[in-house]
Amino acid sequence: MDFLRPTTWAEALAAKADRPDAVPIQGGTDVMVEINFGVRRPAALLDLTRIAELATWTNQDGRLRIGAAVPYSVIIDRLGGELPGLAQAARTVGSPQIRNRGSVGGNLGAASPAGDSHPPLLAAGALVEAESRDGGVRMIPADAFYIGVKRHALRPDELIRAVHLAPATGPQYFSKVGTRNAMVIAVCSFAIALHPGERRVGTGLGSAAPTPRRALEAEEFLAKELDWAAPLTPALLDRFGELCAAAASPIDDVRGSAAYRRHAVAVMARRTLAWAWRDHLGRRAA
Amino acid sequence: MRLTCTVNGREETVEDVWEGESLLYVLRERMGLPGSKNACEQGECGSCTVYLDGVPVCACLVAAGQAEGRRVRTVEGLADGDRLDPVQEAFVECGAVQCGFCTPGLIVQAHDLLARVERPSDAEIREALAGNLCRCTGYEKILDAVRLAAERKASA
Repeated sequence: MDFLRPTTWAEALAAKADRPDAVPIQGGTDVMVEINFGVRRPAALLDLTRIAELATWTNQDGRLRIGAAVPYSVIIDRLGGELPGLAQAARTVGSPQIRNRGSVGGNLGAASPAGDSHPPLLAAGALVEAESRDGGVRMIPADAFYIGVKRHALRPDELIRAVHLAPATGPQYFSKVGTRNAMVIAVCSFAIALHPGERRVGTGLGSAAPTPRRALEAEEFLAKELDWAAPLTPALLDRFGELCAAAASPIDDVRGSAAYRRHAVAVMARRTLAWAWRDHLGRRAA
Repeated sequence: MRLTCTVNGREETVEDVWEGESLLYVLRERMGLPGSKNACEQGECGSCTVYLDGVPVCACLVAAGQAEGRRVRTVEGLADGDRLDPVQEAFVECGAVQCGFCTPGLIVQAHDLLARVERPSDAEIREALAGNLCRCTGYEKILDAVRLAAERKASA
């Protein structure tokens, strides 16, 4: 096995172009598990932890650009105000030790359907900044990034440099079902983001389909039916929950049954919308 | 590959490190520091918690090469000579040790908590230790030990 350690982004792109079989490693919270258990023996590891800029973020022209290596602990401590949905999801990742190492870039690279950062990225309409030496920069919308179980839209010579998001303009919530409050891989999860300026609600489902995905029909339903000045009606909440559950295509596995996941998605969808709506009406009244 | 890093204040170099090896393996098997325990190898149990550049991490999930040139501090590096760290002392006094396997990881993690938060609430202690599993289920005394260490540090 080769161990490649670029110290600049240009070197990293060159290394990945020359060695498309190299597996990028950042916090190691997924890659090292596979190596420790002999599940994976990559020909090369491409260590990205020496590229300092990947662990930084900027806030320019109303857009946050979060370096791929910014750990969850920093998202929680520093970016919770601008990205409440992502920060809530980050709080549910593993343990403090895992959150000190794990990053959104790594979560994207692993592309697990159960990854905690995916639902809030989908709900917020995030863009993934990918780059290769020969192909340049591509901005991939989150909902086009996940293409199968643990498969993503990156080309073999591409690396994830950053994630771009607008700071929240409305309430955002994340909800996750698991057996305890820490060290839990989601049985299923759900994220919601209100975009009051556009009169739009974004959604994201986790661990409820082969890929993280939006509940598009549910979003369209709210875009049509929601009265942004009025309280929610029970009928609207129920229909929203049903449409979110209908967007899921879950499986039975050791963590839960498909039927349970569908049910839980409907419950989380109703709850998170109700929480977000309470905040939304509260802000209007204030 | 060769690996050089600072461990508990001393520069250490080891040879013939396999590229897929974890920092935990290097510490235990190549540097003779068995304090950090090897249990789950997947970041679930916290027994291998060490400081890497001052940040607590699971050593089993750090690729050895990622530690090149970095500072590592293990449970062996917390005491000042023969004088135990207040967290270690409190664990001894409170009987917060049963089989002892989870203890080094808990001590490093609690050490970090008390370095950041002077008087942590019970909720903060529980949250900080959420990734450290004790299968003897001795958590109550572990919590007592962290509270005692916090008290002593705050009044010192």
